Amino acid sequence: MKIGVVTFPGSNCDYDCYKAARHVLDAETVYLWHGEHDLKGVDVVFLPGGFSYGDYLRAGAIASLSPIMREVREFADGGGLVVGICNGFQILCETGLLPGALIRNRSLKFSSKAVHLRVEKSAPPFTSEYREGQVLRVPIAHGEGCYVAPEAELDTLEAEGRVVFRYCDASGAVTEAANPNGSARNIAGIVNREGNVLGMMPHPERAVEEVLGSVDGAGLFRSIAAYLVSV
Amino acid sequence: MEYQVEIRVVPRRGILDPQGKAVHGALNSLGYKGVGEVHVGRLIQLELEADSAEDAELRAVAMCRQLLANPVTEDFDVRVTEALEGAR
Repeated sequence: MKIGVVTFPGSNCDYDCYKAARHVLDAETVYLWHGEHDLKGVDVVFLPGGFSYGDYLRAGAIASLSPIMREVREFADGGGLVVGICNGFQILCETGLLPGALIRNRSLKFSSKAVHLRVEKSAPPFTSEYREGQVLRVPIAHGEGCYVAPEAELDTLEAEGRVVFRYCDASGAVTEAANPNGSARNIAGIVNREGNVLGMMPHPERAVEEVLGSVDGAGLFRSIAAYLVSV
Repeated sequence: MEYQVEIRVVPRRGILDPQGKAVHGALNSLGYKGVGEVHVGRLIQLELEADSAEDAELRAVAMCRQLLANPVTEDFDVRVTEALEGAR
């Protein structure tokens, strides 16, 4: 198993992703530079959080046109696993690998805190290690995390079971008060139709050790590993 | 021919525009009466070599669809004018 973490100019969670992959899975992990065209034979690609290209134009817009994104798109089209976290989620929406868009938080404020997420779907390749309905405690840190999509697209996401995580309160109730950014239907993470591309605003890689305050993000990494050894 | 292209990108009506709302609130607090909905977008100016104004417009629209505007959340319009001689 080999894990790749893409570094764009302005990425700042690439090391967190690298460290989490090493810590949880003890798997070979390599950095992939945005300006190259080589995925180095990895089995899963992480697009990490940060402020790629200073969020110029729109968050993720310029990074979505980075040289390596051509390979990431081909990799995803061929069934390869791609995980976009925070800015990575924004990049995946900008590339069109995931539907919808992430706009300014309803509060207009950058929001950095721990939130609760309800696991909406327990399934490979990303969430098999969680129970459906399980409540996770994972940090968010973003200014543009309000997920929007046309109503019909949202209905399709729901009907196809592609909403993977939703913001909720500690008891698992999906409420307006538990929605940190105004996201449609409290959506925190979705997958593409084929199920091999995941985008989420919260940071599972920042919740993989007790010393970080939560280990609830580790299940995502373990799910991916379980899937990769099964195929 | 060289053209000046101005592209106006605005949040699509009906999509949450917290920035517009915040500016609306600030204008109200300054005492300006009668301010209706406010929307904050961006203006992109570019110089473009093209065969004709129509050609320039077509290409600018393509740029908007591919990069300059987000098709999910934003609308745009394009205005093309001939660059003035010696204006650069």
